[in-house]
Amino acid sequence: MKTFLILGGGTAGTILAHNMVKKLDTEQWKIIVVDRDKTHYYQPGFLFIPFGIYKPEDTIQPKQKYLPRKVEFVLSDIELIEPDKNRVTLTEGKRVITYDYLAIATGTDIRPSEVEGLLGAGWRKNVFDFYTFEGASALGEFMPKFEGGRLVIHITEMPIKCPVAPLEFAFLADWYFTKRGIRNKVEIVYATPLPGAFTKPRAAAVLGDMFKKKGIHLEPDFNVSEIDSGKNTISSYDGRELPYDLLVTVPTNMGAEVIGRSGMGDDLDFVPTNKHTLQSNKWPNVFVLGDAANIPASKAGAVIHFQMEAAVENILHHMAGKEMHAEFDGHAICFIESGYNKAALIDFSYDQEPLPGKYPFPGIGPMTLLGESVLNHWGKLGFRYMYWDLMMRGINVPMPAKFSMTGKIK
Amino acid sequence: MSDILSTVAFDADGFMVDANAWTPEIAAAIAAREGITLTDRHMVVINYARATWKATGDAPTLRNITKNTDVGTKELYELFPGGPGKLAAKVAGLKKPTGCI
Repeated sequence: MKTFLILGGGTAGTILAHNMVKKLDTEQWKIIVVDRDKTHYYQPGFLFIPFGIYKPEDTIQPKQKYLPRKVEFVLSDIELIEPDKNRVTLTEGKRVITYDYLAIATGTDIRPSEVEGLLGAGWRKNVFDFYTFEGASALGEFMPKFEGGRLVIHITEMPIKCPVAPLEFAFLADWYFTKRGIRNKVEIVYATPLPGAFTKPRAAAVLGDMFKKKGIHLEPDFNVSEIDSGKNTISSYDGRELPYDLLVTVPTNMGAEVIGRSGMGDDLDFVPTNKHTLQSNKWPNVFVLGDAANIPASKAGAVIHFQMEAAVENILHHMAGKEMHAEFDGHAICFIESGYNKAALIDFSYDQEPLPGKYPFPGIGPMTLLGESVLNHWGKLGFRYMYWDLMMRGINVPMPAKFSMTGKIK
Repeated sequence: MSDILSTVAFDADGFMVDANAWTPEIAAAIAAREGITLTDRHMVVINYARATWKATGDAPTLRNITKNTDVGTKELYELFPGGPGKLAAKVAGLKKPTGCI
């Protein structure tokens, strides 16, 4: 009996488990999924909790419910991965699992301790993150009590999971305070280490215009040096100091600590991975899926969906001793919720930045790219059902893996 | 000094087109154009940036620099005021760092 070990039972680990159960002979292969958390979080939903659109409980499901029955699910943290010895030690009962193939899907998490003062007296009082269930829930309780003042939305450093989420937070905040009739009492500032609203030029220009229209002040090239919870200020290394009444920050995103502990990661504990094959750069029987990899693609669920086809094919080819020729192209698609029941949509890859035009969504119709529409908003809300009922059950989603120029305007 | 730079090809943003054509003399001239007088501390960053580029093909991130040299973030901003990532890459003769998405 051979062992296919998957570390992490979130978006990537769950989809991979469904694929491997279908593709591998389960008489010969044992498939094990290890995760320290029994709850599966619908992470795109965290954005909606602070604005009361989703309740916290709308974003959680038991992990095991979505894993195939033929998989052994082990609830435990991981103490150490020893890729040179093909084995993993768990914290629960110090169990040692020896594997033939390892898939790392341990994701990314926030590390607020990386910024001086972030975990000070204001943490989760008037300083919040919305990238965790706890952070989004705490902010969801705070928001209705906020009666006005200066809201600073802040990104610590790139890369971050879902790079459009802080933009969406800014747009939704504008809409939320307008709806409450206190928009004139709230100043919204967006502080980012990037030179503009987004990384890619065409999208940065469009989103920058949206900032102007919505009265959101952009503070570019802002590299945080310190947060002072006593004075309620956030400072940058180039000497800027922004006062805030409410700080919503995206802390440094890093890979799982066990990656660093095991000496498998880069400076941010992401695993160096071939961006096309998704194989580890160092260990041929190790593949890295989703946010855990250091590949220059967006860290997002849709990206995992798009990369899965290539990853599974490459794993199977490698097992058969054949050459791996399937290539992930860095394809990403993101809805950008912009308030007032509208959303924008961007579709891009390693080589092609987001462009305006139409995205031919099978069964739903053409959706507006790099512009706001009501249909995009329903697409974003509908994605929750697609996530749980199709993606997490291993059912094929009607979205082709390869990036295509169809409908886009150069 | 400007004589040296007239022999070097730059892109529209002032980054060298060919990183292999870089010399320490060119670095000093680019730095001077940016209002920086190079010291040993600058060279720690520049040498690290060059080594990273040779190994990976890309300029290092701020985090790479501060984690793998003895130059801290505060000092990095003093050495290369404004945008240390971009400025260090420029003086090291590397392409403009591509912001990760």
